Amino acid sequence: MTAQRASGGLFTAGLALALALVVGFLALPMAGVLVHVGPGRLTGSFGHQVTLDALRVSLETTAIALALIVVIGTPAAYLLATRSFPGRSLIIGLIALPVVLPPAVAGLGLLVAFGPSGILGPALHSVGVELPLTMAAVVLAQAFVASPFYVGMAYAAFAAVDPTLLEAARTLGVGPVGVFWRVAVPLARRGLTAGGALAWARAVGEFGATLMFAGSFQGVTQTAPLAIYAQFGTDLPGALALGAVLLVVSVVVLAGTRVLRAW
Amino acid sequence: MKAGGLAQGVFGLVALLVVAVAWGVAGCGEGNSLRVSAAASLRSAFTRYGAMFGHTVFSFGGSDQLAAQIRAGARPQVFASANRELPDQLFAAGLVERPVPFATNRLVLAVPAHGARVSSLAQLGRPGLRIAIGAPSVPVGAYTAKVLARVGAEGQKIRANVRSQEPSVDGIVGKLTTGGADAGFLYITDVTAVHGALRAIELPRTARPAVVYAAAVVRGGEEARARQFIAGLLGGPGAAALAAAGFGPAP
Repeated sequence: MTAQRASGGLFTAGLALALALVVGFLALPMAGVLVHVGPGRLTGSFGHQVTLDALRVSLETTAIALALIVVIGTPAAYLLATRSFPGRSLIIGLIALPVVLPPAVAGLGLLVAFGPSGILGPALHSVGVELPLTMAAVVLAQAFVASPFYVGMAYAAFAAVDPTLLEAARTLGVGPVGVFWRVAVPLARRGLTAGGALAWARAVGEFGATLMFAGSFQGVTQTAPLAIYAQFGTDLPGALALGAVLLVVSVVVLAGTRVLRAW
Repeated sequence: MKAGGLAQGVFGLVALLVVAVAWGVAGCGEGNSLRVSAAASLRSAFTRYGAMFGHTVFSFGGSDQLAAQIRAGARPQVFASANRELPDQLFAAGLVERPVPFATNRLVLAVPAHGARVSSLAQLGRPGLRIAIGAPSVPVGAYTAKVLARVGAEGQKIRANVRSQEPSVDGIVGKLTTGGADAGFLYITDVTAVHGALRAIELPRTARPAVVYAAAVVRGGEEARARQFIAGLLGGPGAAALAAAGFGPAP
């Protein structure tokens, strides 16, 4: 009996040790960034033009990317969640793939698809569009890596809406657009908002695909993560300060989505 | 008894994890291999030299990034930079031994070998061209800034066409070979290394900056082997590999 209790205590201690390892390993780098910066240097770094330009580029590009994702992703997710058609599960799997795709592969893929010598390159060129090294390329890279987060969560949110409510609306004479816009979207709003927040956070953090496809130019294509990489060589405190800003943004987004889910 | 077995299992797992991490960390050092942090433009020459020197692992990147890693506590045994300033700064900070200049290079205008929209420096200011250069902090970008300052009013027009400031020569080569950029400033050795994908256009003699590479032994490591590696760059297999890649001899 005592032997059993002792081994039970040992087991719990083992679990606690494992958890301590996980927490320590994950928290140390994040705490390190904040401790290294300090509030004084953090506010001071907002005087640097590189930092301001990077934050502006990040805000502009991610706002456009998020708008595109929501406007196109919401009806797409609604279709996936409310109709069944051949190839539907294949499409759901395909949409989830960029979540686990290495960003470097995403960068290569975007070049091969939209670059000057890529699949759509000649067609784009003929209408006068050159994507690489432009702000539009930054938006495309962000939308590519971030949209699965939104579409996936929007799909789940629409799928969780009670179909009898949609049916009831229909029998009351609401048209299909009304059912979508006035019933399904309001009922799914929490999932849609959480998905939008996660997609935005992923877009803000985009690095590899952006560098490969859009390059890095201060004020045009140099987003905050690219500026951190560029500053690391010459201005480590500046890089850390910008890193701290992104860390705080991540905390806010995560806390916001938690609140949304509990709400 | 069953719980005891489980507890043992968890401990075994944690221990295994610790051992795996320790092993992995040791693996990063590749045992007794010489660790060399080198400018991205040295990749082909150093890879060839490393095969002859034996037991070397390389970390290639922008010289400024590699220097920043050493300042932040990374300890390769050799640091080879595409300029003299970065190793000199580390020497002044007491992090490396006195730097040794070991090679020279030549900055050129690089364009895609096929279908190039530019054939001379004079055309580089034409509106609508897309140019990729190095970031100001990386040596290739600093040399490019010197060139643009020396070509007078044309330099401003060229600057207006710059679409990307890349963290190392690798990024510039990538933008040119994928057609993302029409032209870029690279070292002649970078153009040679891609086997015909790019074409080099020589810069006017008066605009050319002096490009000198310097290497230094990083303090606190296996300094004897590091010195041996650097000695080989000045005469011997390292010097031969550098010459084969198109580098000039030390000044």
